[in-house]
Amino acid sequence: MAKYLLSAYSVEGDVRDPMTDQEMQRSWKQVIALEQEMQSSGTWVFSGRLHEPGTATVVRMSDGKVLTADGPFVESKEHLGGFYIIEATDIDAALAWASKVTAAINAPIEVRPFAGTGELARYVEDAAG
Amino acid sequence: MNSGPDGARVNGTAPALNEAAVGRIFREESGRCVAALIHIFGDIDVAEDAVQEAFAVALLKWPGNGLPPNPGGWITTTARKRAIDRLRREARGRELLKQAASLSPHNDDPGLPEEEGPVRDDRLRLIFTCCHPALSVETQVALTLRLLCGLSTEEVARSFLAAEPTMAQRLVRAKRKIKAARIPYRVPEARELPDRLHAVLAVVYLLYNAGLTNSTEPDLCSEAIRLARIVGMLMPEEPEAAGLLALLLLTESRRASRTRADGSLVLLGEQDRTRWDLALVAEGQAIVQRCLRRNQPGPYQLQAAINAVHSDAATVEQTDWSQILTLYDHLLAVAPTPVVALNRAVAIGEVRGPEVALSLIDELALDNYYAFHATRADLLQRLGRAREARAAYDLAATMAPTQAERDFLRSGGRAAR
Repeated sequence: MAKYLLSAYSVEGDVRDPMTDQEMQRSWKQVIALEQEMQSSGTWVFSGRLHEPGTATVVRMSDGKVLTADGPFVESKEHLGGFYIIEATDIDAALAWASKVTAAINAPIEVRPFAGTGELARYVEDAAG
Repeated sequence: MNSGPDGARVNGTAPALNEAAVGRIFREESGRCVAALIHIFGDIDVAEDAVQEAFAVALLKWPGNGLPPNPGGWITTTARKRAIDRLRREARGRELLKQAASLSPHNDDPGLPEEEGPVRDDRLRLIFTCCHPALSVETQVALTLRLLCGLSTEEVARSFLAAEPTMAQRLVRAKRKIKAARIPYRVPEARELPDRLHAVLAVVYLLYNAGLTNSTEPDLCSEAIRLARIVGMLMPEEPEAAGLLALLLLTESRRASRTRADGSLVLLGEQDRTRWDLALVAEGQAIVQRCLRRNQPGPYQLQAAINAVHSDAATVEQTDWSQILTLYDHLLAVAPTPVVALNRAVAIGEVRGPEVALSLIDELALDNYYAFHATRADLLQRLGRAREARAAYDLAATMAPTQAERDFLRSGGRAAR
């Protein structure tokens, strides 16, 4: 088994017709059903929805001091809106879940494998044998 | 035939083997061997390196000892031994061996996979790994050439007019992704198969067409036909796989008459039909007949059938255009693309005249496609609208992909002959 990050991207200023209440209800129902399916099949590890990029703050080291800046690290039209972390046998299984997510929320999903998960100390030990 | 203790021929009839001959035989066999070793060790790099080492051994032994009776088996066995020896020397390798061996009952020797045969040929798994939709099409093509056709990285680079370091980097990145993202080594399940097979056939078709435009060594057209034969043999239940093979064979049958000595193109209607390769025509047509009997048409089978009708005509005047038009009607129904519509319009031009054809193609959104303008030019010329035809030929020439085609169109295309 391997872990994958499924990132849901939204595009700023992407003017779509606003969802009707009915469509919204349907989308939510789909997502809830999908998350239950992930849970019961042992696929779901973690998931979350993020506030818009304007709520982000970046800290960085500069000349030995920590600088704090308002706004996201990358200014771009596309931004991470939310994500799932799932456990799957291989990329085919991960892509199948990603297809279900994109169908439910109508946003592109990036699938990326984890090189390691959990506390760093644990997999540094694993790698050292 | 008598065999020596290490399987070498000893009856003295073995042909002399020079380095080039060993290389050729090796390349023929290497795809199967790499695939078998990936199956054993679960690692593409280990498999590639081991097969490469076996090649070095073959270069030393074969010229003196003669060709072993089963070169593929010899390479697989030699490569497997080399890989195990090497892996035992490295910590990571010992781990890999343990994993590989956990699939088989013996110590740390993973053993050979069970008897090879068309039912269980690892090359099919490897083709589906190389042509996985999570990889870009360029990468799919490069991996297929490297791993299945046994081309060196330098040869793959040359085939696509790319710099060798760029190609090497692309291959390294692809192999890293296969490992990290776990792109599986298996034939897809029935419900995914149509889409996935389509990707495989598209890579083979693209390879063939690349071979037609770049005449590099090794010849990509032959490699594409070799791959199409493998896929066709390994998936006998898939009519589109057979259709693609037939399409390539029929196209290949006309290769000698397709270009002049100066490299310029000869259109189908103007080719010297006595130079067509009749063995390839017969093989392609026989496959088309079998496809017709099976009656599960798809885009490749229909294109093959259209080519088969052309091959039936001893002279261009004898071409059965109404049958070709019927086939294009079917093709447009299953593959409704503007390019198919354009080719169908050409057939309509032959059956119902240039005026009908021109009104049809003027509705197509193909302004950036050179063949669109070339076809329009031909039709305008036939209608006696010479000035418009000239302009269309010039426009087509600015967009044509090869110098030969640009020259041909600038000189007035079909009309100038």
